[in-house]
Amino acid sequence: MQEKSLLEMRGIYKSFPGVKALRNVDFTLREGEIHALMGENGAGKSTLIKVLTGVHIKDSGDIFLKGHSGAVQIHSPQDAQNLGISTVYQEISLCPNLSVAENIFLGRGKHGIVNWRNMNRHAGKLLDSLGIAVKPTQQLASCSIAVQQMVAIARAVDMECSVLILDEPTSSLDESEVEKLFGLMRQLKERGVGIIFVTHFLDQVYEVCDRITVLRDGQLVGEYEIEKLPRVQLVSKMLGKELDDMADIKNDIPVFEEKDKGYVYEAEGLCSSEGIKPFNFNIRKGEVNGFTGLLGSGRSECVRAIFGADKVTGGRVKVNGKEVKINKPIDAMKNGIAYLPEDRKRDGIVGDLSVRDNIILALQVKKGFFKPFTKAEAIKFAEEYIKLLDIKTASVDTPIKSLSGGNQQKVILGRWLLTHPEYLILDEPTRGIDVGTKVDIQKLVLKLASEGMSITFISSETDEMLRTCSRLMVMRDRKLVGELTGDELTQNTIMNTIAGGGQE
Amino acid sequence: MTARPKTAEKSSFLASIVRKQIFIPIAALLLLAIFNLIMDPSFFKITLGHNIEGNPVLSGNIISIIDYGSELAILAIGMTLVTAASRGQDISVGAAIAISGSVVLRILCGPNADAATLQAPIIVAFLASCIVAMAFGAFNGALVSIFRIQPMVATLILFTAGRSIAAWINHNKLPVVNDKTFAYFGGYIPGIPIPTPVFIAIACFIVIWIVLKFTTLGLYAQAVGINEKTSRLNGLNPAFIKFITYVILGLCVAVAAFIKVSRVSTINYSVVAKDIEMDAILAVALGGNSLSGGKFSISASILGAYVIQFLTTTLYKFNVQADALPAYKAVVVILLVILSAPIVREKLSAFFKSLRSPVKAESKS
Repeated sequence: MQEKSLLEMRGIYKSFPGVKALRNVDFTLREGEIHALMGENGAGKSTLIKVLTGVHIKDSGDIFLKGHSGAVQIHSPQDAQNLGISTVYQEISLCPNLSVAENIFLGRGKHGIVNWRNMNRHAGKLLDSLGIAVKPTQQLASCSIAVQQMVAIARAVDMECSVLILDEPTSSLDESEVEKLFGLMRQLKERGVGIIFVTHFLDQVYEVCDRITVLRDGQLVGEYEIEKLPRVQLVSKMLGKELDDMADIKNDIPVFEEKDKGYVYEAEGLCSSEGIKPFNFNIRKGEVNGFTGLLGSGRSECVRAIFGADKVTGGRVKVNGKEVKINKPIDAMKNGIAYLPEDRKRDGIVGDLSVRDNIILALQVKKGFFKPFTKAEAIKFAEEYIKLLDIKTASVDTPIKSLSGGNQQKVILGRWLLTHPEYLILDEPTRGIDVGTKVDIQKLVLKLASEGMSITFISSETDEMLRTCSRLMVMRDRKLVGELTGDELTQNTIMNTIAGGGQE
Repeated sequence: MTARPKTAEKSSFLASIVRKQIFIPIAALLLLAIFNLIMDPSFFKITLGHNIEGNPVLSGNIISIIDYGSELAILAIGMTLVTAASRGQDISVGAAIAISGSVVLRILCGPNADAATLQAPIIVAFLASCIVAMAFGAFNGALVSIFRIQPMVATLILFTAGRSIAAWINHNKLPVVNDKTFAYFGGYIPGIPIPTPVFIAIACFIVIWIVLKFTTLGLYAQAVGINEKTSRLNGLNPAFIKFITYVILGLCVAVAAFIKVSRVSTINYSVVAKDIEMDAILAVALGGNSLSGGKFSISASILGAYVIQFLTTTLYKFNVQADALPAYKAVVVILLVILSAPIVREKLSAFFKSLRSPVKAESKS
């Protein structure tokens, strides 16, 4: 082992039926550093993490840890925990119905006896020392996602972990929450903890990390110090090709031109059970617009109201100029509206079903109960969209849950494209997926619009919105506070409108 | 993603078959068959004889398995659908059979339980029992889908009350039907040596095959069972789909009840179809279906039902006393369920693979 290194993984191989997930991968983590693990979907990041945490057993290779002579054996998550390797996943894996303190100490008592007062006091101290503003006795579910994540980290810290793995911890946090998390990470770094940070947000990597390891197609591309690897190079290393300027994709694609650009969808005073203030909204044929605002500002709730996903409590809706009632998703689908939900896992995929069934689902429902597609038809549709969207899957029969996040997203996208919607709503279609796929999806959005489809696009990344949308609705506190077009579409104006008052 | 070479596909044939869902019930059937073959090959003997009415009838253990397994196989169809869509089981089917059977007798024998002559055509009695059983299915379905009560708790109501309701329908009398044609459905049609329940069961299999082939029920039930939220956002009405599976199970109950009553031409409210709900659930589990819903295979469940009947018949054959039967059954069931656990199947699959790989290595060198 090299000096100062905390963890070394050497020559790791891992394969699954039909896929070589990792081939001869090396990874080194030093004391007191934040190390970004980067790569596209399917590059092997998750597999490497899972090998390290004992979820998967490696086929070959060695893992060395500081303080242990010789290679250590990690056969189960318990082994990893005992060796001081802790993981905080994207999805919080704590118990929401227990208190913060209980979550920190869950499963760690030695005698099955709990001293509540001691536990709460100890938890309070721990949270204080880490600067996490939450009461130990508070129920976890009542905390924000960010706090929940920090509690998970506090738990790991208290278990004296020396290696902390953060797997996409920031994907459901807003900016100020991300800042808090970074503060905590830096604090841990001071204490000498080695942090492995898996994320898709390049900005965040450059803000907080010391080193970057890049994987591609299950192989190591290289390890770099952050100052020596400019962003563009990082992206090109991840994609394995030189990237021409992706900021200008909008100019590559012609804007949809038609004389009669009527409104495809119009809403007046629309509101739903989720507490959004009645809002007016419309979209023309071939237009790409978007809802922006902070997390929780009501942007998702607006599109859910349009699709009838939440209970619609008022308002008038016109589709192609004709007044219609949209109370539930099937009404919207029959009117040519499609909706890709924000939470892919909860609302998007049907996990155990095959890629094929997932693709045909919406069209099948639209077609009707007594008109099932034959297997051949279903396979034809599935193969068509697998090819069109370049979905990486072993076969059409593979359960969707075994695909990587980006490919799952493409399957859901394929499902809705298959229904040939007139109006497509995409809520955070690029969240948690890699740069390459992000660009693909943005390009696809513009291409579809140029062919006459109307698209509403929601993204937490403002530059992504600026790149695709020609009109932005700005939300604040569940209220539509502004509409920006043309020259107003700049980071500054958006920020100002979100912040309120419109002061320059 | 690289495609596996064809030779690898071939070599892992055994390994892949272990992973197939239908492997469990088939393996169980084979095991039972082999066991019987070794212990006593005459187990499989089928003889053509004549019953007391002078009709030709086939008899033998195999015939009695497919005969007496009919009700369970029919129930397994409905139970599989209910399990898939509502992520839970209906434990009231035994009680519902008592009710449904009681309705058949009530209509055939009239209000005074007068059995000398049939008071109504058999078909009317059957249809009425179908409606009643489906109504009770709808009751269960409504509790589960609209009021969102856990299936087992919701159906516990009918499980508790069902046999009393059945007794009440016939004023606690035990009417006996003397009509010969009524006995055909649970026995033999003159001139046909195969028991009628077998034909009824096959008819049910064909009906459900047609339903699954020509409607999207299978896809919808699975989607709802796996992810209700997604299903709703894709335009489905999850509550209605769950509801409909309970109504279908109600129909299965009516058919099973009809066979049960016809077998003995009467009914004993407290023991008819006793514990059949547990066997039906077991059939679903033996078929390799997850009891927590989602993906299903009805043919595997049906095979599972016959496995249970095979087991029962085998145990009877070895003179296991009726009281001791459940204990023996439990032992075998534990073995089968462990065998069907995914973790064991993975291991088995890996084992078969490792069996093959040394052979491959040799042939290479």
